Amino acid sequence: MIEFDQVTKSYTQPGARRAGSVHALHEVSLSVGESEIFGVVGESGSGKSTLLRMVNALELPSSGAVTVNGVNLAALRPRDRRAQRRRIGMVFQQFNLLANKTVLANVALPLNLHQRLGGLAERGLGPRRRPGAEAASADRAREMLDFVNMGAQASKHPAQLSGGEKQRVAIARALVNEPDILLCDEPTSSLDSQHTDEVMATLLRVRAEMGTSILLVSHELDVIRGACDRAAILESGRLTGIAEIARLQARESFDSYSERARKYLEGDQE
Amino acid sequence: MMELPDIDWQLAIDSFWPLLRGGLTGTIPLTLVSFTLGLVLALVLALMRISGNRLFSGIARAYISVIRGTPLLVQLFVIFYGLPSVGLTIDPWPSAAIAFSMNVGGYAAEVIRAAILSVPKGQWEAGYTIGMSRNQALRRLILPQAARVSVPPLSNTFISLVKDTSLASLILVTELFRVAQEIAAFSQEFMLIYVEAAMIYWVFCLVLSTVQDRLERRLDRYVAH
Repeated sequence: MIEFDQVTKSYTQPGARRAGSVHALHEVSLSVGESEIFGVVGESGSGKSTLLRMVNALELPSSGAVTVNGVNLAALRPRDRRAQRRRIGMVFQQFNLLANKTVLANVALPLNLHQRLGGLAERGLGPRRRPGAEAASADRAREMLDFVNMGAQASKHPAQLSGGEKQRVAIARALVNEPDILLCDEPTSSLDSQHTDEVMATLLRVRAEMGTSILLVSHELDVIRGACDRAAILESGRLTGIAEIARLQARESFDSYSERARKYLEGDQE
Repeated sequence: MMELPDIDWQLAIDSFWPLLRGGLTGTIPLTLVSFTLGLVLALVLALMRISGNRLFSGIARAYISVIRGTPLLVQLFVIFYGLPSVGLTIDPWPSAAIAFSMNVGGYAAEVIRAAILSVPKGQWEAGYTIGMSRNQALRRLILPQAARVSVPPLSNTFISLVKDTSLASLILVTELFRVAQEIAAFSQEFMLIYVEAAMIYWVFCLVLSTVQDRLERRLDRYVAH
C-alpha cells in the first residue's frame, strides 16, 4: 500500500551554498500493508515527521520514490496530487482546527470544499455543487462525529473542547473523505494520559471498522507498542530497524481512564 | 499672566454644523475610500512579498520602503502638484484619495504580511491534506485567521487616516479641517474654531475605537486565550 524505496531527503542548511547539506532521511526503504497500523519512532530530529509527510507529498524526496497504491505522488501534476491527497487523511499534533467554525463545520469542510460525498465522485457524480449537497455533507460529518463519540459536541467551537476532544474532531475530519490511509503526526504528544487513551482507542476502531491503514509517528513508545503491528526505528534519518511488535503485547483496546485507575489502584497493572 | 479667552459661544454654535458637515461629507468619505483602496493594494503587496517570487517580492519591498520612508505630505504634493508637470493633472479629491490609498497600502501591507505569517504553518498543511490548492488554503483558511490578527493594527491605521486626511486641506479638498480654516480666517477666532474641529476629530476617533473594540471582541469570541 505504501512503499518507500531508497528515499533520501536533503535540506540546504541556512547559509550553505550547496543544496543537500543535511540529510533528514537517508536511503530509507520500507513498506506498509493494507489495514496495518505502522509506527515510526525516533528521537527529535530523527526524520519521523519528514517520513510521514512524504506519504502525502507535503515533502518531496530528493532521491528515491514513495508510492501509495502504486502511485508516485511526487511525479503527479499538482491537480492530480491534490486529488490523491483526498484519499490520505492526516491528523496533527496541534489539531489544526479552524477556531471560528463549529465542530460540525470543521468536519464538513473537506466535503463542502469538493462537494463530494464518500465515493460519489468515483461513481460518476462530478464535483459540481448538487442540490442538497451541503445537507448531505452535514449528515456525513455528523456520522463521522458520532463515530469518534463527538456527535453531542457538533455545535461547539474548538476553543470549548479539551485537547483529546479536539484531536477526535481532527480524526473525524481526516476520515470524512473515507481515506485509505490515515497519517498521524504525534497525535497524542500534547495530551494527558486519559485523552491519549481516548484518541488511541479511536484509532484502533478506525482500523477495525474501516480497514484504514494507519501510519503513526510518535516518540511515546507506550503508544506505539500499544497500537502498532510493526514500527520503524529511525536514528539521524537512517532506518535502523523494523520492530515486529508481539501480538500478545498489542492491545485490542485502550482502557478507559477509570478502568485503568481501578486496575492500577487494585494492583492489577504493572 | 495668560489671559482667559472670552468664548464666543454663538460662533461656536453657528460653526458646529458646517464643521460637522465638512467631516461627514469630506473627511469620512475620503477616509473610507482611501482605506478600502489601500487595503486592496496592501493585500496585493503582502501576497507579492510572501510569493517566493524574487521579482514580485522585490517590487513590493521597494514600494513599501519608498512609502514608509517619505512623508505623506510629500507623497500628496507629488501627486497633486508634481504629476501635472509630466502631463497628468488630477483633481484635488482624487489626488488625495490616491495619495492616502498608496500610503495605507504601504503600511498595511506589512501588517497583513505579518498577520498571514502568524497563522501556524500547520493550518496551510491541514488545507493541503484535504486537497486544497495554495490559493484555496489562503482564501478559505489563512486569510480569515489573518484578518482576526490584523484587526487591531489596521484599526489604528484607519484611525490615523481619519486625522491624516486633514492634510488634504493643503491641496484644497473641502473637508473638516479646510472648513475650520475658512471659518477661522473669516472670524479670526483661531483657538475656538480649531479646538472645536479637534473635538469633532476626537469624537470621530472615539466612535471608531468603540467599533474596533466590538469587532475585536466579536472576532475573538471563539478563540481560546
